[in-house]
Parts: sequence; structure tokens; C-alpha cells
Amino acid sequence: MMKTHVVERWTETARVTVIVCAVVLAVLALGPLVFGAGLVDRMTALFIYVILAAMWNALAGYGGLVSVGQQVFFGLGAYFAVRLANAGLDPFVSLVLGAGIVAAISLPLSAFMLRLRGGEFAIGMWVIAALAHLLVNLDTLVRGETGTSLIALNAYSAVARRDGIYWLALVAMVALLGALYGLLRSRTGAGIQAIRDDEAAAASLGVRIMRTKRILFVLAAFGAAMAGTLWLATAITFQPNAYFGVQWTAYMIFMVLVGGLGTFEGAILGAVIFFLIETWFGASGVWYLVGLGAAALVFALFLPRGLWGALDDRLQLRLLPVGYRLRESAGGKN
Amino acid sequence: MMNAIVQGVLLGGYYALIASGLSFMFSVMRIINLAHGSLAVFAAYLLFILADSYGISPFLGLLIVLPLMALLGWALQRFVLERAARAGLLVPILATFGLAIVVDNLLFEQFGADTRSLAPYIGDLSFNSWQITDDISVGQFAVLTFVAAVAVLTLLQVILSFTPLGRAIRATSEDADTVGLVGIDARKVNAIATAIALVTVGLAGAALGLRATFDPYAGEPQLLFAFEAAVIGGAGSVWGTLAGGIALALGQALGAEIAPQGFLIGGHVVFLVVLFARLFAPGSTFPAMLRRAVGRR
Amino acid sequence: MTALRVANLDVRHGLLRAVRDVSFTVASGEVLALVGANGAGKTTLLRAIAGAHLPASGSVFLGDVDVSRVPAHQRVGKGIALVPEGRRLFAQMTVEENLLIGRVSGRSGDWNVDKVLEAFPNLVKRFRAKAGTLSGGEQQATAIGRALMSNPDILLLDEVSLGLSPLVVDRVYESLRGSMTVGTTIVLVEQDLSRALAVASRVVCMLEGSVVLEGQVADTSREKITEAYFGLHRSHQPPGAAA
Repeated sequence: MMKTHVVERWTETARVTVIVCAVVLAVLALGPLVFGAGLVDRMTALFIYVILAAMWNALAGYGGLVSVGQQVFFGLGAYFAVRLANAGLDPFVSLVLGAGIVAAISLPLSAFMLRLRGGEFAIGMWVIAALAHLLVNLDTLVRGETGTSLIALNAYSAVARRDGIYWLALVAMVALLGALYGLLRSRTGAGIQAIRDDEAAAASLGVRIMRTKRILFVLAAFGAAMAGTLWLATAITFQPNAYFGVQWTAYMIFMVLVGGLGTFEGAILGAVIFFLIETWFGASGVWYLVGLGAAALVFALFLPRGLWGALDDRLQLRLLPVGYRLRESAGGKN
Repeated sequence: MMNAIVQGVLLGGYYALIASGLSFMFSVMRIINLAHGSLAVFAAYLLFILADSYGISPFLGLLIVLPLMALLGWALQRFVLERAARAGLLVPILATFGLAIVVDNLLFEQFGADTRSLAPYIGDLSFNSWQITDDISVGQFAVLTFVAAVAVLTLLQVILSFTPLGRAIRATSEDADTVGLVGIDARKVNAIATAIALVTVGLAGAALGLRATFDPYAGEPQLLFAFEAAVIGGAGSVWGTLAGGIALALGQALGAEIAPQGFLIGGHVVFLVVLFARLFAPGSTFPAMLRRAVGRR
Repeated sequence: MTALRVANLDVRHGLLRAVRDVSFTVASGEVLALVGANGAGKTTLLRAIAGAHLPASGSVFLGDVDVSRVPAHQRVGKGIALVPEGRRLFAQMTVEENLLIGRVSGRSGDWNVDKVLEAFPNLVKRFRAKAGTLSGGEQQATAIGRALMSNPDILLLDEVSLGLSPLVVDRVYESLRGSMTVGTTIVLVEQDLSRALAVASRVVCMLEGSVVLEGQVADTSREKITEAYFGLHRSHQPPGAAA
């Protein structure tokens, strides 16, 4: 008997998930009104990790571009935010605008860097990060590794500062995830996932590879920069070493590899796991980093699709409707 | 001025030495080993232990460390890289990055943040120099490193071009499936190639420790130097890598002349300029590595 | 004496059974033609015999030795050489180097570089040229020469005429005749039926992975083989017949 199939995007699971997400977001939005100060800070950190993971995943998991230098955008975002605040702009405005400047810079950078492939792109971005670090150190405001601070934030009360940053982080996270989600559901998104699965085949179908990668590159840059400015807001101090260090890439790689490379849900899962590990073990110094590196190595070798990928394989679990499903229906012609 | 150039050329020898293993592995296995620099630092620390705790001069220590590095290379290929390469194009980058983080931080855990040097263990050689002219003197060790770099690069080239092993390596790098059909064990060949690469890494680590200082996190800058030298010179030829190393060092020297903190910046800028020229001006010579980077697909 | 025996060989590509329960023997010195339409499983079968593709079940015997689980690079040392479909030369290496690579297994015998150049004189002036710059016929000659350099007992040839003009194919077969008279056992996959039957003493025809005809060339006819080739001997058209 011939079965017919209907293409659909929304499944029952997806519908439920979206409702759950909406509820969660509503609860989170009320956060500062109910959570204690410490929890508000921690949640802000979690939002920043989610942004970093989702953005690195956008570039690597969907664009196929592994960058070992995303810390350049993280650091430059914070740097421009400090500079703008120093020039007199409201600190919160500086945070967003700083990220915007980085996004603008990333566009011409993409024209150059996207011509590199594989390992050359990876280390090439690392070189760019090292260079940016050195250049930022030259700025007299920054005074080398001594750094400077976002003292303009002192204009706000401690509570207003903390809550404001929390909400900005929450909004940024939702906006960036939303942008990525919207991108994946669009025509460009189908192209992105095609590139992820088989670039040559995608090109032969007319997917505009370069344009698609460029969009991902700029989005990932903006996201990383936003994370950097938010981190600056929570830490207040800006020491180039702490922002341009490659440990940020180590965190991003850990989150995405453990969570699930190339899956929307996986990046979020990885960020949550990283957040928990960091909460419990972050103070353990080098063993913490050794553990992260070893986990990345082990996952890369044995579970490259991450925990979510493994779940996905077993249970066909797709919470969010970013793909298409084939559902059997009765009657009709093939 | 002339002195700066001469010093730059000699430093370029070191960069060529550390670049040789990286570009060898890339041209043979299409893998960029992000742990490359960290492993060189690891070798330097091994030599340090031998010298500091057992009184073995670094040169003698190489007799122990280099075979160890070869073994490490074999193991690295067999247990990490082979698996990683099978899993996809991105995975080797991720896996070797994880490895680099592990090596760096284990070294820190073991040795702390202090910078070390192997120079004290080779006596006068580390600071003696030959006076060439009134203005120019060349460090004896710097010359030794340069000569070593040329020797290593030449040896690699000779192995690849004229020996059965070299033919097997080249054939495997072209078509790993078909080599089995002619009787070559691709896995063994790749393991040998990685072992060879790591021996050069060991030498580079020794050179690093002997001519300068190192700390647990020195792997990152060494990796970047190796990468930049390899890309500037274009992987796949002896003289290319040497030229790349020299160009990088001269760029750094130029940067240092311009501004006090300009040393590293100068190097990065030269790298980016050369990269830019190669990517956007096809008229200039296209080295194999970049041709692969840009021209594939 | 049986040089090669294939017993109940089952080879898969993922879930697809490319070779289904195939059995046949080849006597020493015999030339076996393996014919069949595209997709019949001939290349997969040859690759399984050479060890490039591990079977799901069944065995391959070299003489009396079961080599079913022996990896490809070791089978060369035991006397099997495959000239793969599409030549698969090492394009960046010269003809000389491609031939020298064939020597890696270290088997002794009559074949060496000089003898290969004798059999394929068109390679003499291209000896130092990169294999990627050769013409189709020269590439085929190099590929066969590379396989012969391992002094195989059994030579497997996969579609040597593919993509070559008739005159060039004539030359290739002419040169091959040299190895045929030396007594090497040959299994030859060939699309061109007449050519295959002209050189072979036995024929095996495959369709959709199974053997549908087997026998001495002398005992069978072109018509019978053609029928088997297209599956016309069956009482109904199988669904989704091989393209």
C-alpha cells in the first residue's frame, strides 16, 4: 500500500516546547523581582554563556567554520564599550553600541577571513585575536595589561546596575537566539543546514555559500561582542588579558561539543552544563581547565555530536521546529 | 640596521624549524595540529627536567627526548588524529585544541608560572657570538639553530622525494584508499609521518628553550609563529618555509624598530599582508597550502 | 589448481546488498571475464576480493589460504593486485614513482620497471611525467604496470577500457596479452562483451549482485550471455531493474 507524506514544520513536541519556553522566559523576566542578588548575578552569567555557545555553534555547527579566535569579538566588544562610555555615552547604550561597532568591523573582516578554510581559518582567527589584543594594549586608556574599568556604571545604583544588566543580558540572549532561530527557519536557514550537511551539494543546488557564511560570521561576531560587553558590565574591569585570552574559545568549544554541535538545543544544553560545572568547580584553577580540555578532546573523538546529538539519534528528539519532518498521511497520490 | 636584519634572518631559522613539523603534517595529512606549540613546550620541559634534576646536558637529553617525541607522535596519530580525521573535517581541529589546553594546563600544574630556560645548561654557547663586522655580531647558538633548521628542512625534503618511505607518505596523502591496493598500510605510514613531525617539534622545543625562555603557556605564541611562517612561505617546499620564517622575523624586527611594543604586531601584520596578497592577487606565486585553502571546491 | 575461490560472498554498501551470495572459482592461469550491467556489483566484488571492502559474510580464498579478514595492503603481499576502476593513479607523482610504489610489497618475480616499459612502450617517453598529465591510455598503462610491479599471482582488472578510445584499448589489451601468456591468473571486468569474450576462457555474468551465468566461454554463446546480462532469462521483469 502506498503511503503519502505531508511536509510539516510543527510537531506536537515543538508546540509544547515553545509554550514551555514562553513560560520560562516570563519567569526569567521577573527574576530580579524574586531572586536574591547572588542568583541574579549567576543567571546573568548563564545568559552570557548561552549567547557564547549559541553563537559559536552558529559559526561552527551550522557554518562549518571552526574559529579558535572568537575571543577577538568578545574582547573588542568590551573594549569599544569602555571607550564609548569613556567618551560620555550612557554605559548601557555603550554596551549595545560597542557590540554594534564590532559587528560592523566583522563585515569587511569576513570578506578576508572567509576565504580561508578549515584549520587555516581556525588559526587565522586566532592570529587576528592576538593582533587585536596587542593593538588594544597600545591604547593609553587601557594602559597595557593594567586595564581600565567601566566606571560610568557607577552612575547607577548597585541594584539598578545588577537588574539592568540582568535584563539586558536576558533580552540579548532571547534576541540573538531568536535571530538565529529565525535565520534557520528562513530560506537562508535551509541553505545553512544544507551547508552544514554537505557543502558541495548545497552549492550545486544554488545555495549562496559565501553570503550565507557571511551572515553567520557577522551574527556570531555581534553575539560574541554582546557577550563581551555584558561580561564587562558584570565584571566592571577591563583587562585585555582576561578578555582576549583563548580560554574563552575553550569554554565555547566545550559547551558546543558537550551540548551538541550543529543543533540549536545542544548549544543551550552545553551552556547550562558549563554553567553548572563552573559554579561547582570554577575555583579549582588549572584542573578545571584540564578537565574542560580533556572533555572537549573526549567528546570530539567519541561523541562528536554531543549529548543532544546522542539523544537526538536515540529518540529522534527535535524540540524546536527548525527542520522539516515527513509525516505519513492516508490516501492521495505520491 | 644591518644588524637587525642579520638577527632577523637567524631568528627566522628558529621559526622555520618550528614551522617545519606543522606544514609537514598539513601537507601529508591535511591536519593542522593545534597542539603543535604546546608539544614543543612540553619537549622543552622534558629537557629541563633532565638537565635540572639529572644533570644531563640538553644536547644529550635530546637523545632521550627525541625518540620519546617520535613515540608520542605515533601514539597521537593512532589514538587521536586517526579517529578525529574519520569523524569529519572539523574534529581534528577541536580535538587538537582540547589537547593543547590539556597540555598547557598540566604543564602549569606541574611547573607553575615561572619562566624557565635551558640556556644555563649549555654554558658559554648560549651567549657566545662571533663578531662579523664592527656592528654585527651573531650569536653562536642562533647560527646553530639556523643550521639545524636548514638541515631538518632538507632532510624532510630528501625523505619525501627520494626514499620509498617518502613515496609511501606522498601516495598516502594523495589517496589513502588506493595505497592499500598497492600494499601500503596507510595507518602505519601516517603514524610514521606524525612521529617524524613530532621529532621536529622536539628539536624546535629544544631550540626554544636554549635560545630564550619558556613558560607553560608559551605554546600558543609558538603555534602562531609556526603557522604564520608556514603560511607566508607556503607549505610544501624547504626554501619556502625557511623564507617564511625569515620574513616573519624580519617583520617583527621592523615592527620593533617602529614602536617598542611593535615586535609581535610587526609579525602579525606581515602575515596578514602576505595572506591578503595571496588571496586577492592570483598573479603572485600560489603555494600549495593556500591553493588548497582557497581553491578547494 | 585453484588460484582464487570466492564462497558465498555477501558485500554491502550500508544497507544495500551489492554482492549477494556469490561463489565461483578461478583456476591458475585462467582468464575469467566478469560481465554485467552497471550496478550489477562487479566493482564491489573485485574490491572485496582485493580487500578494499570487507564482506558482510562469506569467504575469499587465495589458493588454500582464507584471506577474508586480511586487510587489503597485506593481500598484495599474498599475491593479489587490483587495477581499480578509474585508474586511481597518484597524480602528483611521476610514472616512475607510481611504478616504484607498486614494488612496496616486496614480492619477487619477473616484473620490474624495465619489463613494464617493455610491455607498455608508450610510457617510456612519459617516464618522468606526473601521472596527472598523462592521456587516458597512458594512465591505464601506468595503472596496470603499477599492479604488475607487485608480481601478483592474481591480477584483477576493473574496466580497463573505460573512457578510452577503441584504438587505445586495443593497445592496452595487446600489452596485457604479455601477462596473460606468462600465466598470471586474471579476473577481468569489462563492459565490452566481445573484447571480454575474446580474451577470456571463462565467463561469469552478474545481475543485481548475483551470479546469473557461469561457464566456459567455449561452451556458451553470445546470445545466452546477453540474455543473462539483461535478466531476460527470468520469467518476469524484476522491479527496479539495474540501470
